Parts: sequence; C-alpha cells; structure tokens
Amino acid sequence: MFFLSRLYRHPAFVVGMREVSPQSPGIAAWGLMTGVAMVKSGMSLFEASAMTLLVFAGSSQLAAIPLIVAGAPAWVILATGFCVNLRFVVFSLHLRPYLMHLPRWQRMFHGYLTADISYVLFTRKYPQPGETPQERLAQEAYLAGNDFLNWASWIVASFVGIALANLIPPSWGLGFAGILCLLGIQCSLASSRMRILSAAVAGVAAVVAYSLPLKLNIVVAIAVAVILCLTVEQLKPASKAQA
Amino acid sequence: MNHTDFWTLGIIIGLALVTVLTRSFFFISSKSWQLPHWAQRGLQYAPIAALSAVVVPEIVTVQGVLVTTWQDPRLFAAVVGAGFYFWRRDVLLTILTGMAVYLPLHLGLGW
Repeated sequence: MFFLSRLYRHPAFVVGMREVSPQSPGIAAWGLMTGVAMVKSGMSLFEASAMTLLVFAGSSQLAAIPLIVAGAPAWVILATGFCVNLRFVVFSLHLRPYLMHLPRWQRMFHGYLTADISYVLFTRKYPQPGETPQERLAQEAYLAGNDFLNWASWIVASFVGIALANLIPPSWGLGFAGILCLLGIQCSLASSRMRILSAAVAGVAAVVAYSLPLKLNIVVAIAVAVILCLTVEQLKPASKAQA
Repeated sequence: MNHTDFWTLGIIIGLALVTVLTRSFFFISSKSWQLPHWAQRGLQYAPIAALSAVVVPEIVTVQGVLVTTWQDPRLFAAVVGAGFYFWRRDVLLTILTGMAVYLPLHLGLGW
C-alpha cells in the first residue's frame, strides 16, 4: 500500500525497496516472459493488460494460459489458480499477527500486494510482530516499500513483454519459457520427500488422465496427489510429520 | 490481431479475486480461527501438485499423447533447467538455461 503517505514517507519504506532491489531483475525477467506468454497464447492486448494489472500472480497466470487456450471451463481454471495460490494461504496465516491492528481493507490490500519474495524478505527481517505502534508502523512501511518495488518491476516488465511479443514469431516457441518458470517454482517448493511424492503423483496422474474432458485431469491429479499424501502421513505419522 | 472476448475477461476477473482471496485468506475475518487439521496438512501438498499437474503434460506429451521419441527439446530443457535450480536455487537460472538448451535444439535442429 505504497499510496498511503504515512507509509511512503517513513524511512523503512526506502529500506524495504533497497532490500528487494537485488531480486528486481529476476522478477522483471519473469514478468517479461509472462507478458510474452500471454500474448503468444492468443490473448488480446486488452486481455493481457487486464490480466497483468488485476491478477498480479505469475504462477496462476501461467498455469491458466494453457487451460484458457484449451477452452477449459471457468471453474477448472479458477480451481487450478486457487490450488497454485494455496501457498499464499499459508503465508497469510504467518502474516496475520503483523497486520491485524489495521482496518480490514488495508489488511487485504497488503495481502494482495505481498507475493512470494516480499513475504520471504519481510518475515526474515522481522521474525516477531511489532509490540509498539512505532514498531508496527515501521514494519508496515518496510513491507509497503518492498511490495512497491516488487509490484513496479513486475508490472513494467509484463507490459514490455506484451509489447515485444508481436515482434517474436510464434515458431520460436518462447511460450515454453513460461513452463520452465513454473518448473523452477515447482522445484523451489520441493522441500520435503512428501512434497516430491505429491509432485510425482500429480504429474503422472495428469498425463494418465489427460483424455478426460474439460481439462479435468488437472483437478483429478491434484486431488489424487493430496489424498495420497495425507493417507501416507496417516500411515507413517512419526517419520513424515515434519514434511 | 487477437480479439477480446467476455469469457476470457470473466476468467481474468475471477483469477484476480482468487489472488485477493488466497493472499489475504487469514486476514479477512477479525476473529481468530483455524482450519481443520487435514486442511492444514493439505496446504503442504496442494500447491506443488497443482504446478506439477500443469507442467508435466506440457513437457512430456503432444496433444495428450506421451512422446515416443527422445528427440524432443522440451525433455532436455526441463532436465537441465531443473538441474540448475537444484544447483543454484534460482528460478531465473532455470528459465535461462532451459531456454539455452531448448532454442538451439528447436530452431537449430528442428526438433
């Protein structure tokens, strides 16, 4: 919420911007490629721009693109986006004590603008929520500054990608960069054996069930993987509980 | 030029609401509350499952049929990209090295 003067005038705002700045080129490259991928999938300039400005979530945008192209029903696309975004639900639980002193719309706006990198940097910088109003304001300003540079890098680069997309012939297959990006995020989530099992089961199930109509293979694969992992957890509670 | 349609715009608005809902999930209510245990555990596994379900078919199938040749640039790009991730822990490097493998095989050798 970089538009509130109590935040952007606070010295911690600039600190937040400075600390996210080393990540900025990476965010921009990802945004650039998402911009290219949206236009290459057949979206109009208006649609790609609206998606960039409103959705502001690279992994769910990239996951939605092949489903939109395949003409999957809306609920399958939204359910897939929701599942890809479930990691943010975990982040929101962690961030809750830092933000609950604010009015609801401000909490929700902070949440909307806080993506993966800002969450990681913020919770690393402030392991404990502020105890005094001054501490809370400094933390909020840091988060806002961090979110601002992250948001700006992403939006500007996405628009550059949208603009460049028409100059690059589709036969180059640059859209594959979007899949590689999702693959990289997938690897970054593979932090335990059980999560690797979840990924393996979902990948195989999505291929096996591919012939299902309406891209239901995605939904089936997620359900099978999660249910199987929860079942394995039940069977081996002691050794797997740390997953 | 691609044209705009209302169905796609509806999807975009829906996805924006999904972003707001998931990123602020536990701040929406002022009351403190908890998910049931199974749902909390499920949160550990659903995101990676969703990504894998989208990614794997895009790498190993053509129109839903498993590729039968190893001469597919996507296979090599994915292996190299994932390898670089685990070596350097950097998603950007996955994209760059994967494309550095993909483009020469795809454009150069015509795979």
